[in-house]
Amino acid sequence: MSVFGFPLPVILGQLMLGLVNGSFYALLSLGLAVIFGLLGVVNFAHGAFYMLGAYAAWIALDQFGINYWFALLLAPLVVGVLGVIIERLFLRHLYRLDPLYGLLLTFGIALIAEGLLRYQFGASGQSYPVPAALAGAVNLGFMVLPIYRGWVIAASLAVCFVTWFLIERTRLGATLRAATENARLVQAFGINVPVLVMCTYGGGVALAALAGVLSAPVIQVNPLMGSSLVIVVFAVVVIGGMGSILGTIVSGLALGLIEGFTKVIYPEASNIVVFVIMAIVLIWRPAGLFGKE
Amino acid sequence: MKLHALAVSLAFGLGGLAGTAAQAADNQVVIGDIDDLSGVYADVIGQGGIEAANMAIADFGGSVLGKKIVLLTADHQNKPDIGASKFREWADQSGANMILGGSNTGVSIAMAKVAAAKKVPFIAIGAAGASLTGVDCTPYTVHYAYDTTALANGTASTIVKNGGKTWYFLTADYAFGTQLQDAATKVVTANGGKSIGSVRVPLGASDFSSFLLQAQGSGAQVLGLANAGNDFSNSLKAANEFGITKTMKPAALLAFISDIHSLGLNTAQGLYLTTGWYWDLNDDTRAFGKRFFEKMKREPTMNQAAYYSATIAYLRAVKSAGTTDPDKVMAELKKSKINDMFAKNGYIRADGLMVHEMYVMQVKSPAESKYPWDYYKLVKTMSGEEAYGDHADETCPLVKK
Repeated sequence: MSVFGFPLPVILGQLMLGLVNGSFYALLSLGLAVIFGLLGVVNFAHGAFYMLGAYAAWIALDQFGINYWFALLLAPLVVGVLGVIIERLFLRHLYRLDPLYGLLLTFGIALIAEGLLRYQFGASGQSYPVPAALAGAVNLGFMVLPIYRGWVIAASLAVCFVTWFLIERTRLGATLRAATENARLVQAFGINVPVLVMCTYGGGVALAALAGVLSAPVIQVNPLMGSSLVIVVFAVVVIGGMGSILGTIVSGLALGLIEGFTKVIYPEASNIVVFVIMAIVLIWRPAGLFGKE
Repeated sequence: MKLHALAVSLAFGLGGLAGTAAQAADNQVVIGDIDDLSGVYADVIGQGGIEAANMAIADFGGSVLGKKIVLLTADHQNKPDIGASKFREWADQSGANMILGGSNTGVSIAMAKVAAAKKVPFIAIGAAGASLTGVDCTPYTVHYAYDTTALANGTASTIVKNGGKTWYFLTADYAFGTQLQDAATKVVTANGGKSIGSVRVPLGASDFSSFLLQAQGSGAQVLGLANAGNDFSNSLKAANEFGITKTMKPAALLAFISDIHSLGLNTAQGLYLTTGWYWDLNDDTRAFGKRFFEKMKREPTMNQAAYYSATIAYLRAVKSAGTTDPDKVMAELKKSKINDMFAKNGYIRADGLMVHEMYVMQVKSPAESKYPWDYYKLVKTMSGEEAYGDHADETCPLVKK
């Protein structure tokens, strides 16, 4: 049995890997979509926060002997607090201005963060070991899958679901969405909107940091790991529909799969296929697949 | 009125520039360093290269022919247009006498063209592409440290002779990767081996596992990694994770000690690689390594050591030629031998290639490594001719004449 002239096991294997990458895309674009959807900020520092999450995990292990499982909690917390500080000090002054200002500010923050870490730790990166409990691989019949990669899929799907549920199905989420529609009215009901917005930004940033910790054992932790990924992640958000949580999750996973296919059929195009799809989607549905017109 | 003010300030501005250029040419010798100072290759040379060049200038006494030696530095950001325009600017306005070119074959090829047009000696050190002294050669280019031919003759031939007959290449999809793959394929075939496939991977891919599974599916014995820097580290790391290194032997066609340091010996152990220099070869190299370590807190890569050696070699040539005239200095460089901590009896061929000994190394296991940065064991020393070939590259127009 074969698909497009490739044996089925090969296709299944590549789809599995595509799902792993799609999980990273979904998790990263989720934070971006939450921040854009609720704050209207184009957070160009998202890749830098992802990178900082990975570095936080590495520093925790290397300097303080804090293991992977604690890092999964600690790194998003530390980086999230950093996000809150940035929101309080800089970002909140820009909400009423053109979105371009927020974009420029966050882009500058990303460059500063990358520069500082390169100065401190060098450009060639650090190795983070796979945690012992998730080492090894399982034979799925069509491929040998490292257990850690399976864990990445499970963990990011769980986090995506929780985030979606929190925003779309709970009272807190309803308040958040209401606050972005009409901040003054919600404030009139006695809800502290600035604090709500601050926590949202911190939460979105923490999601990026979590993705960073998840990816640390898979790739070299280096200062540029975020900037090479953030452009793809922006494309995912645009395709899904700016601000749509569900759209972002679905398109993140789907694009991972499509990219996986491309890597077999025409590898040279694997780094542009996402953007080709973005162009097609924008022509056909300018608001994105799940966006509201 | 406005126009008048503009004209006056322009006149002053241009006059000022002309003044500095004349001044530069008169009482100082200007060396420029154009390299990746902030991107993926910043650890291969970067700040360490600037330090090495400064060490060379200080060791030379800080002046030559009674003129002060000045070092300028610039970040080309891995963009050929930035590298070339900086080169042109320094040649026109800063009186640059020699340019050291850092990492990135694409940028170096662009800069070599400017070197020929402006008649400024250009010593390419970080770029791997052998075409710099082949089809892209110029009368002012010197290629120092290593090239794709030497890497293939070292690593690929060692592995084929050890029984790795069938190869599958994972190749960075740009000039450097394809030149490296071609050179390695030639060596593999010449030694009775065979290349049974390859996959072109976009530069800076975030995940290599898919390409690695394709390599594994080919059934080849050797996984030829024709990439560098983070691409190399990430592909080797994923190959370990997916257990591919158990069925295929990875070949690092280009790896620097900075890569091995960041990967760690657990992942990198057993790898064969080719290098033009290693800090722990002999007393001279160790002495240089110690001085460098005191400043940079890491051992130098072969390229950083070459930065030191090339700077000294250029200054010596200026001294014996008694002038900074580019043609006379190039002639002097091409007729003198290079003997220092970097090279023994090195010489610059008609095509501009600096021929010197190369070393095939194997990365030690964590148990074999006895002290910090004790990473390599010497497998084989190749003579310059064995590494780079025994004659100049005929595709270089300078050689045909």
